[in-house]
Amino acid sequence: MPYMKAGKTDDEVFEENKQASQQHAEDFPKPKKTKREKLVEDDHAPLIYDPQYILMVNRLKKYFPIKGGMISKTVGHVKAVDGVSFNLKRGTTMGLVGESGCGKTTLGRVILRLSGEKTAGQVLFNGQEVYDLSPKEMRAMRTKMQIIFQDPFSSLSPRLPVGEIIGEAVREHGIVSSAEFDDYIDGVMDNCGLQPFHKDRYPHEFSGGQRQRICIARALALNPEFVVCDEPVSALDVSIQAQIINLLRELQEKYKLTYLFISHDLSVVEHISDSVGVMYLGNLVEYGSTENIFSRPLHPYTEALFSAIPVPDPDAKMNRIILKGSIPSPANPPKGCKFHTRCEKCMEICKYAAPEWTEVEQGHFCACHLYNDAAADQRAAQAMEAAKREGVAPEKEEEAL
Amino acid sequence: MAKKKQEGYLSAREARRISRENRRITNGFEKQRKRKNVPEEEYLTRMHDANNSVEFDDLHTYFFTDAGTVKAVDGVSFDVPIGKTVGVVGESGCGKSVTSLSLMQLLQRPQGQVVSGQIRLNLGDKAYDVTKAPNEVLQKLRGNYVSMIFQEPMTALNPVFRIGEQINEVIELHDGEGKSAEDIKGRTIELLKMVGIANSEGVYSMFPHELSGGMRQRVVIAMALACNPKVIIADEPTTALDVTIQAQILDILRQLKDRINSSIMFITHDLGVIAEMADYVVVMYAGRIVEKGTADDIFHHPAHPYTIGLMASKPVVGKKIDKLYSIPGKVPNPINMPNYCYFKDRCEMCVEGCEGAYPEMISLSDTHKVSCYRYYGKEGE
Repeated sequence: MPYMKAGKTDDEVFEENKQASQQHAEDFPKPKKTKREKLVEDDHAPLIYDPQYILMVNRLKKYFPIKGGMISKTVGHVKAVDGVSFNLKRGTTMGLVGESGCGKTTLGRVILRLSGEKTAGQVLFNGQEVYDLSPKEMRAMRTKMQIIFQDPFSSLSPRLPVGEIIGEAVREHGIVSSAEFDDYIDGVMDNCGLQPFHKDRYPHEFSGGQRQRICIARALALNPEFVVCDEPVSALDVSIQAQIINLLRELQEKYKLTYLFISHDLSVVEHISDSVGVMYLGNLVEYGSTENIFSRPLHPYTEALFSAIPVPDPDAKMNRIILKGSIPSPANPPKGCKFHTRCEKCMEICKYAAPEWTEVEQGHFCACHLYNDAAADQRAAQAMEAAKREGVAPEKEEEAL
Repeated sequence: MAKKKQEGYLSAREARRISRENRRITNGFEKQRKRKNVPEEEYLTRMHDANNSVEFDDLHTYFFTDAGTVKAVDGVSFDVPIGKTVGVVGESGCGKSVTSLSLMQLLQRPQGQVVSGQIRLNLGDKAYDVTKAPNEVLQKLRGNYVSMIFQEPMTALNPVFRIGEQINEVIELHDGEGKSAEDIKGRTIELLKMVGIANSEGVYSMFPHELSGGMRQRVVIAMALACNPKVIIADEPTTALDVTIQAQILDILRQLKDRINSSIMFITHDLGVIAEMADYVVVMYAGRIVEKGTADDIFHHPAHPYTIGLMASKPVVGKKIDKLYSIPGKVPNPINMPNYCYFKDRCEMCVEGCEGAYPEMISLSDTHKVSCYRYYGKEGE
């Protein structure tokens, strides 16, 4: 007995309801679910993969939201990495220098996809966009790209013995068979200046220097192709620093490793790197070969940074450019050139127009209005006029802190 | 059984025995220290040279740990002249921080004890041996005569008090007699200005987390200078800072030293910083001084193989080398120090005499002293 309602069959009732709901949908359209608005446009031209480069970074940006107010609304963004481009040749070392808070560490982590999604830009590792990989593919990729963390005190689990800290990932990724496992770990530890009896100890039993060796051993145990060294020797003593630097170089020659060497110790960077990038407030301000950068620094920031290096010679004449103040907040960076508040050679144009990334010499890039060609000068002048029309006030002279 | 063969293995019985022994020794020291109304004669002493503000004389500071006795400082003697900067260089664990903590008497007690030796502190008209002085006297010495700038500005400040309160406290405790609250606040703000903080009124009411590392280090320096101390111990004051900020801080320290005419004992492992700051340099290795002299002696004529190795292992901007020199081996285990030269096992310049006992300090010139067998028979050259 089919269900009857006012003489209608099931199908008719169904049809009626369907029409009614359609009508309802037309009368009260649901707000369309839009994709969340992109924070910034991807304004880069897509990269073409060049096999000589293991890593290509193009206009990479990473912004962190600042939450505020009662409902954790996003009130602003910390522009930790703000449009960085460079290419890293296979088997070479790139040094990355800059003051703390300039985004060097964030850049290293964003390249390894360790801090969430990027905001814009491209990271090509062996021609593969890192951010397009599925979690499973990413996991496999992780053995190829490793990181040595900055702080040896917080990057080691206090509950695992050292042998397990180093060996955990080796076992997980199946780098060696279980029969060779112990010998392999011993070998890795020996390479990094640790002794076999350290294996059963826990991180708290080690000094800072030795902990950093454990971190290095952990990263190198996976036979990576590319290692981000995030201040690996800052916590070590001078003589051990030398051992570690030599070790890193030996391993580089042996396994054709590529390093991104982040450090604020410029003498170490000069020693180990083939090319150097100088970062300031989320931007690369200068990039070039080590010889070029150290013999002919172009950007005023690079000059100031290099003049501050202490020289182990009591008679050395200090021709020091002491920068005033400290690095401005990356949440609210100065307009125009970000360095103009502390720059000795600041010009009118620097306060309004951001400088372009120009190749001043072969392979030596710099972002500074001092090295603009005529066309770039014109563009900058136009940008300055536009900014002035809009009434953008130049930054107030920051109080000398 | 396998475990027993490992280095550093202790049986439970052995550990208990050591621990009992340690308690007996440290209790003795603590008893000595806890006496009330110690007469001044006991710690009153005389400076060997009135131009020195501190004299370390054969200082031995040991730590009685459950694994054995660690001779952290083992016979260290050097002087800090008035108005000069003495740099103490060495790797971590060589005893440079323990030397300075012995002067402050801030050792981790009861395990850490000054076992023998003197630290003579010049107070102008008299001199005290701080290793024997009771706590009440030390309380008056710290801050007023000796003060310390600690290594990590992040942890040296209390996160729950405002900057102003923390500096006020120092002044109140050590120099606060007859001063009103306004006076003290005025002094604090003056200090903040002195270390180059422009917005000193604002910083006065800020919390440490609101400041950057360089600013915090300035606050710590201001705190150390609050009572115009005669001796400032700077324990790696710039290690945690950027080069640009480091340059600023070193600049401030140099200016302030001249302004209040005090001596600085500058502890660091950065030879570049030492070269820039120090008049005299002391090189320490495994709890002993291996070489000391003027900055010129040490940097232009380094004598001890360790000093030479240390200098060669640091890359220098502008000098291209293929491979850094690295000192082979490791620092010996501080619990079982060898009975020959501590550096012998890592030394590449050994001579025949090195088999013998630990070498004595010998003078190469009036100021330059080294403890190495290579220079025996070459004194005074």
